Amino acid sequence: MIDIFAKYDGLKAAIAGLTQNTPRSPFDVVIERPLSATVGLIEGRETLLFGTNNYLGLSQSKAAAEAAIATVREEGVGTTGSRIANGTYALHRRLERRLAEVFRRRHCMIFSTGYQANLGAISALAGKDDILLLDADSHASIYDGSRLSHAQVIRFRHNDPSDLDRRLGRLKDHPGAKLIVVEGIYSMTGNVAPMREFAEVKKKHGAYLLADEAHSFGVMGEHGRGVAEQDGCEEDIDFVVGTFSKSLGTVGGYCVSNLDGMELIRLCSRPYMFTASLPPEIIASTLAALDEMQARPELRHRLQENAKRLNHGLHGLGLNASPHVSPVVAVTLDAVDQAVAFWNRLLELGVYVNLSLPPATPDERPLLRCSVMAAHSPQEIDRAVEVFGQVAKELAA
Amino acid sequence: MTDTVESISSMIVQKLLANPKVPRDIDGDSKIVEDLAFDSLAVMNFVMEIEDTLDVSVPLDKLADIRTIHDLAVCLAGLKNGNFP
Repeated sequence: MIDIFAKYDGLKAAIAGLTQNTPRSPFDVVIERPLSATVGLIEGRETLLFGTNNYLGLSQSKAAAEAAIATVREEGVGTTGSRIANGTYALHRRLERRLAEVFRRRHCMIFSTGYQANLGAISALAGKDDILLLDADSHASIYDGSRLSHAQVIRFRHNDPSDLDRRLGRLKDHPGAKLIVVEGIYSMTGNVAPMREFAEVKKKHGAYLLADEAHSFGVMGEHGRGVAEQDGCEEDIDFVVGTFSKSLGTVGGYCVSNLDGMELIRLCSRPYMFTASLPPEIIASTLAALDEMQARPELRHRLQENAKRLNHGLHGLGLNASPHVSPVVAVTLDAVDQAVAFWNRLLELGVYVNLSLPPATPDERPLLRCSVMAAHSPQEIDRAVEVFGQVAKELAA
Repeated sequence: MTDTVESISSMIVQKLLANPKVPRDIDGDSKIVEDLAFDSLAVMNFVMEIEDTLDVSVPLDKLADIRTIHDLAVCLAGLKNGNFP
């Protein structure tokens, strides 16, 4: 009998090599429970959380929790079905109308996760005769959606509108539709897309533009609509995709658009059609979190201040931190062993960040990915920076 | 012009040898993943450099069938000579 797992022998060896000199596996950290938005219990210790996507701290929103509890009592815990069969509740429609209003678009589809939002939107929008142009550093959900679309896929250099322009120029005689996919903020590095320049390139070539604002919704722009709002080019973005699991602290995803063809996608997007719809309590808590996000713009302002404080603090230590100021602050290291040791020591000293390893990182170098929240106090950020400084010194010694 | 399979293959080998981590004894028959120890991301990033030199774009699905430097050169020559895109 052929071992069905034999193809993963290389992976097995890589994990063993990675974890042989480390007291814990970076893939197996358990947050025993959150004590607040910014502090969690890990290995029995109170640990500062600098490795979540909980940018506005709303995963711990009392209003969202109460809305979920009340809805569970009234409607139960799940829908048991898909949107097109038996899983559409009034609440789904309400959230879609609400998001369409927030983004000032005519159409909105919600999905069961952010991953599925990209999978469902991209795979349905692009067909086998079309061309997808993806930023080279795109999230896995974008690459996976592209495969499911059967379209031709071309990568362009990360955050490089002139490279995109060149590649679209080569396609001028191609008869298919062209869909460009970029992200507002890149989740690993915190890099911010030059959205207005991308919008100019798409107009020049008659292409469509999809912006994944998963990490920038609630974070950038005067009303929190993301990088396109901040850059004043929302009208040129044909499709905005995002998630509820970052700024809104719940789970699920969405795609909004002004193009009426969007409603057809409900009947041909497999990741929308063939999966259970979001449970009612999640929708209720997402609606409550959305209310809170809009009612408290000070959260966004505090988040920006905190992002600057962490970014400048890590730069001040001489670490190779993200050049863009955004709530994702990644410190790039040279070697995997060094990154694993650094990450372990941070955790032992009470600071949890994400260890990101190649090939999941953009330039084949390891990252210590930090993320900051509106809920972090200046003292908590300063403490994290101090611990980074201590570990950097220890490892240099 | 570098638009024959042979000349493209030779250009790829020269570019690879500029990287000191690449084995010195590579040729057109060298397997990109096994012999050069490139992971999928490294392959995609390396192909981007070649794309700039030849002014072509390689669709990702075409990379799936490429094993050797020669295979890559055949693909690039096809694209350069007017096949998609």
